[in-house]
Amino acid sequence: MSTPTLARTTGRPAPARVRAPRKPGHVLVGLLILAFMLFPLYWMLNVSLQPSSNAVATPWLPFDLTFDGYATAISEQRRNLLTSLAVGLGAVVVSLLVATPAAYALAQFRIRWATPLLFGILITQMVPGIVVANALYSAYSDLGLLNTVGGLVLADAALGIPFSIIVMRAFMGGIPRSVIEAALVDGAGPVRAFVSVVLPMSRNALITAGLFTFLFAWGDFLFALTLTTTPEVRPITLSLYNYIGTFVSDWSPIMATAILSSLPAIALLVVAQRYVAAGVTGGAVK
Amino acid sequence: MADALVRGGTSAPAAPVTARPGGGRRGRPGRRGQRLVEALFLVPAALYLLLFFGYPVVKNVVMSFQEYTTRTFFTGEAPFVGVDNYVNVVTSPVFDRALLNTVLFTLGSIAGQFVLGLAIALFFQRRFPLSGVMRSLILLPWLIPMIAGSAVWRWILDADNGVLNRVLEALPFVDAGPQWLTSTSLALVAVIGVNIWLGIPFNMTILYGGLQEIPEELYEAGELDGATGWRAFRHITWPMLRPVVTVVLVLGVVYTLKVLDVILGLTNGGPANSTQLISTLSYDTSFRQFDFGGGAALGNVLVLLSLVFAIVYLRFNRRAVDE
Repeated sequence: MSTPTLARTTGRPAPARVRAPRKPGHVLVGLLILAFMLFPLYWMLNVSLQPSSNAVATPWLPFDLTFDGYATAISEQRRNLLTSLAVGLGAVVVSLLVATPAAYALAQFRIRWATPLLFGILITQMVPGIVVANALYSAYSDLGLLNTVGGLVLADAALGIPFSIIVMRAFMGGIPRSVIEAALVDGAGPVRAFVSVVLPMSRNALITAGLFTFLFAWGDFLFALTLTTTPEVRPITLSLYNYIGTFVSDWSPIMATAILSSLPAIALLVVAQRYVAAGVTGGAVK
Repeated sequence: MADALVRGGTSAPAAPVTARPGGGRRGRPGRRGQRLVEALFLVPAALYLLLFFGYPVVKNVVMSFQEYTTRTFFTGEAPFVGVDNYVNVVTSPVFDRALLNTVLFTLGSIAGQFVLGLAIALFFQRRFPLSGVMRSLILLPWLIPMIAGSAVWRWILDADNGVLNRVLEALPFVDAGPQWLTSTSLALVAVIGVNIWLGIPFNMTILYGGLQEIPEELYEAGELDGATGWRAFRHITWPMLRPVVTVVLVLGVVYTLKVLDVILGLTNGGPANSTQLISTLSYDTSFRQFDFGGGAALGNVLVLLSLVFAIVYLRFNRRAVDE
């Protein structure tokens, strides 16, 4: 996939000339794009702060501000939010435990089947979730993993592992070979060198991989839908679906639930923006 | 990731060269043991991917040739029925509709996401105040759970009280807003629209990354030759961006073929199967009609579509670039 060369236009001395665009206009257009993209999220927030809005057109602003929607949402969904939290955190732990050593090996070792494995990771992206769910359902049924947090953790970790390997491999490939070799010369084995040299240096990549795995697992809907059937273990995404699946009489608690389910993503953008940027540029699997 | 993968793929052959000096120097006993330890780093991930991606694919192929129903879970029996499942799902009246919908949904979504994503990426290529913050905020629709996005769109698109129709009805020439999600002719358009909204951040971000890689000097040189605006885009940006475009389009199609959340959240495949896709039909067949064999067959159709597209596109594209 080589790109056509631009010999005709390159090779001339570049003049030092900086374009100075009219900035207020740009900011305005940028804000319009942002408004277009974020309007649905504003609407989510707006409806969630309105009093019961059944069959009435929602006002543009929550003048009649109330948190009743949130009170209802939290009292009905507390358990499901905690389930999603447990599933998300569990998936992060499993995914990092499995993906970190693999990322290191692919970045730094001379391994014959590194290329097939990388190709395999690419192929996993082509496998539709419904194919995985279809087969896992019967396997989970045999193993007693249906309707368990553990079962969801294992399935959701699988969503994060390919992404985590790619992001961390890209980062670990940048660790100078000499640093690791210095540890080996000092008598550390490959495992010691990995744990005490590579891991601390890769802290940011681990955080990025972990944050995205959490978001994948938290936002997962298909495995929640197919691998759980009881109200005891019901992630927030599934309960939101059940909410809107029935005839909706009051949108305010539903939108409050949608806001609550979006909080991790929002918090992430506010608190950990640089990790998000790293994750998106390093890789973008979802 | 695609970007990283592609780069990884091309740089892989170079790795042994850099690793060789170390390997040659350490040619003493214990090296085989070290090889073993090194392999152990990869074993958990390889096993995990085999269990959660390899096994399901194989199992699905087997299931698609079996009569696999709820009874199977009690008796453990799943008699082989040859290609019956494929014949059944392909000849069912819904299949043609679902296949056509899948193609339309994929093409429509990709076209919209790509064009808008590219336009926004090009816009953000210029530096102006707050552009960084804006670029990260645009990611939000992509980071929140898809089902939450679908839920709010369901209310926005509500025919009677949805905000979209309220705006439309305020226009002088519109009497009644369209039945976005409940009319058989519009529902597919509506779900494509929502899916475009969901996909713009992904396209925008990857394409923006690609644009950043294009050296500024090319534009400066192009400007001297009179290549500005559209001509600069056609002769500099587009050719330079081509590898990234390939990645975005291939991943976009592969991901869009799998989409299920958006449809289930907005329409459940209705009204009258007008938004039924192969993916939702597969879900419906397995988990609502409990015909897991039929669902598996449909899942395999989906895998096949994805594979055929990826192979054809990559082959075609390679030839186009080589020429």
